[in-house]
Amino acid sequence: MTTETNKPTVDTRWQSLNSDWANDKETFPMPWGKLMMWIFLLSDTFIFSIFLTGYMNVRMSATEPWPNTSEVFALTIAGQHIPLILIAIMTFVLITSSGTMALAVNYAYQGDRKKTFLLMIATALLGASFVGMQAFEWSKLIHEGVRPWGNPMGATQFGSAFFMITGFHGIHVSAGVIYLSIIANRVRKGHYEGKGYHIVEITGLYWHFVDLVWVFIFAFFYLW
Amino acid sequence: MEHVAIADQVEELHNPSSFISKYVWSQDHKVIAIQYGITAILVGLVALVLSGLMRLQLGFPESFDFIDPSSYLQFVTMHGMIMVIYLLTALLLGGFGNYLIPLMIGARDMVFPYLNMLSYWTYLLAVIVLLASFFVPGGPTGAGWTLYPPQAILDGTPGYDMGIVLMLLSLAIFIVAFTMGGLNYVTTILQARTKGMTLMRMPLSIWGIFVATILGLLAFPALLVSAIMMLFDKLLSTSFFMPAIVSMGEQLDYTGGSPILFQHLFWFFGHPEVYIVALPAFGMVSDVLAVHARKNIFGYRMMVWAIVAIGAMSFVVWAHHMYVSGMHPAFGFFFATTTLIIAVPTAIKVYNWVLTLWRGNIHLTTPMLFAIGFIFTFTHGGLTGLFLGNVVIDLPLSDTYFVVAHFHMVMGVSPILVLFAALYHWYPLITGKMFNATLGKLHFWCTFLGTYAIYLPMHYLGFLGVPRRYYAMGTTDFIPESAQTLNASITVAAILVGLAQLIFIANVIWSIFKGEKSGPNPWHATSLEWQAEQIPPAHGNWGEKLPEVHRWAYDFSVPGARDDYIPQNMSNDDVPLEPGQTLQIREEH
Ligand code: HEM
Ligand SMILES: [Cu+2]
Repeated sequence: MTTETNKPTVDTRWQSLNSDWANDKETFPMPWGKLMMWIFLLSDTFIFSIFLTGYMNVRMSATEPWPNTSEVFALTIAGQHIPLILIAIMTFVLITSSGTMALAVNYAYQGDRKKTFLLMIATALLGASFVGMQAFEWSKLIHEGVRPWGNPMGATQFGSAFFMITGFHGIHVSAGVIYLSIIANRVRKGHYEGKGYHIVEITGLYWHFVDLVWVFIFAFFYLW
Repeated sequence: MEHVAIADQVEELHNPSSFISKYVWSQDHKVIAIQYGITAILVGLVALVLSGLMRLQLGFPESFDFIDPSSYLQFVTMHGMIMVIYLLTALLLGGFGNYLIPLMIGARDMVFPYLNMLSYWTYLLAVIVLLASFFVPGGPTGAGWTLYPPQAILDGTPGYDMGIVLMLLSLAIFIVAFTMGGLNYVTTILQARTKGMTLMRMPLSIWGIFVATILGLLAFPALLVSAIMMLFDKLLSTSFFMPAIVSMGEQLDYTGGSPILFQHLFWFFGHPEVYIVALPAFGMVSDVLAVHARKNIFGYRMMVWAIVAIGAMSFVVWAHHMYVSGMHPAFGFFFATTTLIIAVPTAIKVYNWVLTLWRGNIHLTTPMLFAIGFIFTFTHGGLTGLFLGNVVIDLPLSDTYFVVAHFHMVMGVSPILVLFAALYHWYPLITGKMFNATLGKLHFWCTFLGTYAIYLPMHYLGFLGVPRRYYAMGTTDFIPESAQTLNASITVAAILVGLAQLIFIANVIWSIFKGEKSGPNPWHATSLEWQAEQIPPAHGNWGEKLPEVHRWAYDFSVPGARDDYIPQNMSNDDVPLEPGQTLQIREEH
């Protein structure tokens, strides 16, 4: 802090929590954009939670049997029948991309523009391949006759919830890929020299969130 | 990491020069606030006209050819939705939130002005899409503002085809607009306060707007998701909300969905929405009462915690709107209990408003009249809420005019009265002119008394069992003839109240041009917005330096001080004293 604030000196944890909140000027020591991203993600968490709650509810209200997901999402590779293999790869790819993103943030704060740029692009590419695999999965299911309004394997809600939730998440990933590419390009051009590299961390927050959401979708939709 | 509070960083203010960048694509929070305000009031007038049409039909059935049962339902729906979302939410948060937040906390603008501007234009788009539904084949939806499926999207409900789609679309757009604005409001309040402005020194208006915005950011997702799912049910024939159903003698393709799920999602949004509207009103009325009673708000801390507690609790009471949906008695018990508990902090607030007036130096100005009127209507609506919160009482009263009376008192009229109080109170700040006080008081008495003439009898109609959302009562045995007489009188009152709003509009417009100059701080208020160098504040709000805050916003009538108010940005050493006296500031609240 360059300017003095009314923050009293503190010795216990409670007091320091209290003084943060009682502080003038800033409640959280972080840039505006970062706090705004946190709040946005909190709101977005509610959106996804409600999607998932809605899905679980219709899964219970559905009158026809729910298809066995590990069978539906199995692939036959080289004669081997492997359940959930594609989803496992997709999950792996997305989690890897969180790793590259974290590295990018690290290098950004060190001021290493080149590495930051490359890592962000790597993250974006991993994200794009995730979307690609999702497109493959969609086309496979569509090929097998699953539609938002119908499902030869049982409850129609299976198709509806599948396309809606993975679609909404896929839009988030795609938006993230675009966002990452724009910011990465600006990093490369030196747009943030002097302004600081918080923006990379903010982008990272969004990206980790999208990954985290996927973990929940994976657990609740595919594994259950 | 070295980190400078951003409000302290020197940055260049862009100074818009052309008319367009100043008043149309403006990023100035004050201009955006006025844009929000005007748009909201204009759609609000549409909703008012719709209510007039409904009242004409109810008061004098069979006299108006152009109102048939379908159009009546469409009027009900559009009236309710516009009033709740497009008028109250937009005007309180988009309008007053935008105008007051930066000024009251000593910031130059919102943290992301560009996003703020987008918020307004997106809101305008939502309004246009909504109003467009009046002109599509089949007209707007007539599903009731609650939009319950299955009927909302099935043949037989007016506007089931395009009307409902446009409604859902418009709501989704509105939510995007709200999110862009809301993120700004919350971040600005948390991060852009000026030196000395701690959270516990913020005026209650800001607290109300702050917590309401958080509620919005967490509650609108439920509406967004249900809008998306219902759009899919309508357009893609999914069955999220649609059970197997026979409609017009035909078995439809739907199967296995849950209409009750929609009710839960809708009210998970819908109940917090009540507080999204109420909390900013609570805040603003507190400030108006304190200023015009020349007394500190009673129990400031308690008021803040009550706002926070109400906000938090508002997420666990939603199913009190669903007692008649056939839910498990244990749930009914749970939700009745939480509903009654939430009445406690609410009652604390009412006591504190009254105690603020107690032994105050009350000035019965126009804003003060509206603020006191609010205490009446809100208490009134709150008490009937206690009735409806209990399952056994709600069951017979549900879907009768008692409910219509209750929610109009508590979330219709009460916030509207506060809005008028606020509009009159901050009118000099916004325009630099004084409104005509006589017309203002006339407007108050017509509105306040008219309100009671409209809604008191409705409670009685509710006891008689007159159902809500009915085009006409027809020959229903259990409803006596006299109910019709009562209905006619309500209609007369409603038309008069509607017309009385013309006084307000005339006053506002006339005073902008012909009103007296108000001078810098006509109400002798303490909060920062009145201490700006210019009234109305210039772009960037403050001069070279940001104001520095030394006290809370409620130092009125402090013993020893010469004036009966001490502005927030005046330090103890600068306060002009009574000759021979010392300043007797009480302990920091
Ligand atoms: C002069 C002012 C007003 C009059 C005369 C009026 C009148 C009415 C009438 C006649 C109905 C329909 C009742 C029925 O047939 O069931 C109604 C419904 C409603 N009004 Fe108002 N109203 C006014 C102001 C407001 C305000 C300020 C709000 C803001 C919250 C509001 C919110 C609603 C809602 C939510 C409904 C329910 C719509 C539905 O059932 O779907 N009204 N009003
Ligand atoms: Cu409620």
